[in-house]
Amino acid sequence: METLRLVASYLMMVILAPPIMLGIITKTKAAVAGRKGPPVLQPLYDTIKLLGKGAVYSKTTTWMFRLGPVVSLAAVLAAASLVPLVGAPLIAFNGDAILFAYLFALGRFVTVTAALDTGSSFEGMGASREVAFSSLAEPALILSFASLAYRSGGLSLAQMFAPHGGPSAAASAILALGSLFVVLLAENSRIPIDDPNTHLELTMIHEVMVLDHGGPDLAFILHGAGLKLVLMTSLLVRLILPEMPAVGAVGSLVLGLAAAAVVIGLVESSMARLRLVRVPQLLVAAICAATFGLILTLR
Amino acid sequence: MSPTSRFASIRNGESLDFSKIPVVPIEDFRSAVLKMAAANHRLCALLCSGKDGRPPGSLLAVLADDTGGKLYLAASQPVAGYPSLTPDLTQAHLFEREIYEGSGVLPEGHPWLKPVRRVSADKVAFFQEQGAEVHEVAVGPIHAGIIEPGHFRFQCHGETVHHLEIQLGYQHRGAERLLREGPDRRSLAVAEAICGDTAIGHAWAHCAVREALAGATLSLRAEALRAVVLEVERLANHIGDLGAISNDIGYLPATAYFGRMRGDFLNMLMTVSGNRYGKSMLKLGGVAFDLPAEMRSSMIETIKRSVRHLAEVGDMFFGEPSVISRLEDTGTVSRKICDDLGLVGVCARATGADRDVRQDHPFGLYRFRHIPVIKLDSGDVFARAMVRFLEAQRSLEFLSALIANLSEGSAASPCGAPAANHLAVSLVEGWRGEVCHVAKTGRDGKYEWYKVVDPSFHNWMALAMALRGGEISDFPLCNKSFNLSYAGHDL
Repeated sequence: METLRLVASYLMMVILAPPIMLGIITKTKAAVAGRKGPPVLQPLYDTIKLLGKGAVYSKTTTWMFRLGPVVSLAAVLAAASLVPLVGAPLIAFNGDAILFAYLFALGRFVTVTAALDTGSSFEGMGASREVAFSSLAEPALILSFASLAYRSGGLSLAQMFAPHGGPSAAASAILALGSLFVVLLAENSRIPIDDPNTHLELTMIHEVMVLDHGGPDLAFILHGAGLKLVLMTSLLVRLILPEMPAVGAVGSLVLGLAAAAVVIGLVESSMARLRLVRVPQLLVAAICAATFGLILTLR
Repeated sequence: MSPTSRFASIRNGESLDFSKIPVVPIEDFRSAVLKMAAANHRLCALLCSGKDGRPPGSLLAVLADDTGGKLYLAASQPVAGYPSLTPDLTQAHLFEREIYEGSGVLPEGHPWLKPVRRVSADKVAFFQEQGAEVHEVAVGPIHAGIIEPGHFRFQCHGETVHHLEIQLGYQHRGAERLLREGPDRRSLAVAEAICGDTAIGHAWAHCAVREALAGATLSLRAEALRAVVLEVERLANHIGDLGAISNDIGYLPATAYFGRMRGDFLNMLMTVSGNRYGKSMLKLGGVAFDLPAEMRSSMIETIKRSVRHLAEVGDMFFGEPSVISRLEDTGTVSRKICDDLGLVGVCARATGADRDVRQDHPFGLYRFRHIPVIKLDSGDVFARAMVRFLEAQRSLEFLSALIANLSEGSAASPCGAPAANHLAVSLVEGWRGEVCHVAKTGRDGKYEWYKVVDPSFHNWMALAMALRGGEISDFPLCNKSFNLSYAGHDL
């Protein structure tokens, strides 16, 4: 019974948290711009609408193109089971942090191959950008993980991402946090690295790779992207937000996610997008921050 | 012998008997045009009398002396072909392509004699680079946004653009041919539809040509009301462009605020003329709608509020470091390219050129009331955005002074029939730049020639030059900072 409840609440989080979090970001941006904005649940309505649609496949594509959305969503779902979304993760073992990082890499790999499969010059361009930038985002992620793992003495996400250690550990935690926040923005195609709302193919990074997907495939991709955002944010939230006894583990996480959505919305409203050649500089800065954090931990 | 001796000279918005324009052999025509261009005269229009692809035809050049405020006209004897001007005068490149397409008169030695309109992009050759690491990106003619159709071919090496070729013509509607069938009751409506966002600019240029041919004079009030709507059109578009630039770089608050302010000015045009783009506001001999006192006071209120809001939003937009770093050094056009291509309007002033029809060839009310010319030197997206912002501020000041002291008089006076065998040229500084209409009447007072040059016709090539050596991901932003018209180019 206990397991059933855990799985049920997990499913609720996995299905509902991504659209709501995206909805809160959009609502925040609208509020800053003085607009009303679409309903918070609009991303959920969009997903439901897309799931009800048919899909059109170009004759130049192969099975690889159809595999992309399915595998990338599956990879993110598998990664979700490692993250303590409802107080405890579904699965935890020593070293699951590495699996977590590489499940994301797997999702990216299939998305990129599916994009290349279309043979479109736009999608090829997007794929090349995605790979170039994620090859810089990945070291930042791994280095931050390393310093957190050393500090907590375990290689499991649930252990690494928990608020512990005294003031001496704060500096390295802050550096890891900053680095991970940049990775989060980069991985989830948010401003200032990418613009999730643009319609300009030539400037896109992530969005341009999925231009040829439609219907349920697009629904998978959008939901997968939202879930990725939720997963990375919930790790960061756990790192800084102690569990509040009044609302419980799930309640604190949900509140933390909502707060993080507002923060992301404010970041996106307060600055313009970087020009593409500057993105690597930001990512390298994230790597540096993560490295310093690791040095401080090891000291 | 001074180069001007082969030319007849008029001022903006004047007409002259066509027989007073010197007709010279093509060799003399060519060398005279080149000499004039070397002496800092700008090619406003180059047209050919031939029609429907049947040579021969005679050429007519309109050159502008921006410092002396004069327009110089010369015609050639009819020819079937001539040595192209383009190798010696880059400004002529698109005009000569247009001449070849329209009249069949061959500019021999033109380096890139492709059709300008009327041909679908897949039937013509494009400039192509070869190499293992060079790739080609084709965009359009159908785009992701709600914009006009145009085809862009990039030759890229990685993210760097080596060359961009722009193929337009998808919006060709035969506007010049329809105008040439006039003057009739449709003419003004056709002129307003040449380019939907410059309805007032083109309508004014058309009316000015027609009034010059008829020798009509306007009341001061009519001139003032035309200037009012032209500046409101400028405000709506400049502010709308700032919002669009802000949207392209993902700075959303400014997008929303600029977008709302654009609405204020479109609504102002709606109140005055019953159309958000000011269509049907102008009519021959003046304007169709007067400005009653209560409308004036509400406009003054809106303007006062906009002065304040524009300053606030401008501070927010131009004060944001990430915005500045995104705009600066993106899509730079040098002053030399500006002069070579004969750029006009905002794009020219952003490279430091002191070029504004309202100052150089004043027309209508601008002969009596002056508006400062804004120019910046850097030639990048930042300069083009800043010129728009500063011009919008000057327009607001101009409008509040003008509306508060509107002279009395009738809003329209009669305009007679056009004189036979006359030619008239009118230049109007639309919000995008110089709008040029040239018309020549035949013996029956009907048009024989009617030529329209939208500012976009001069400026499209500058967009391609701005991209050279730049990043392909900067293209949408550059494109937005030029914001050229497809319809105005395609006619």
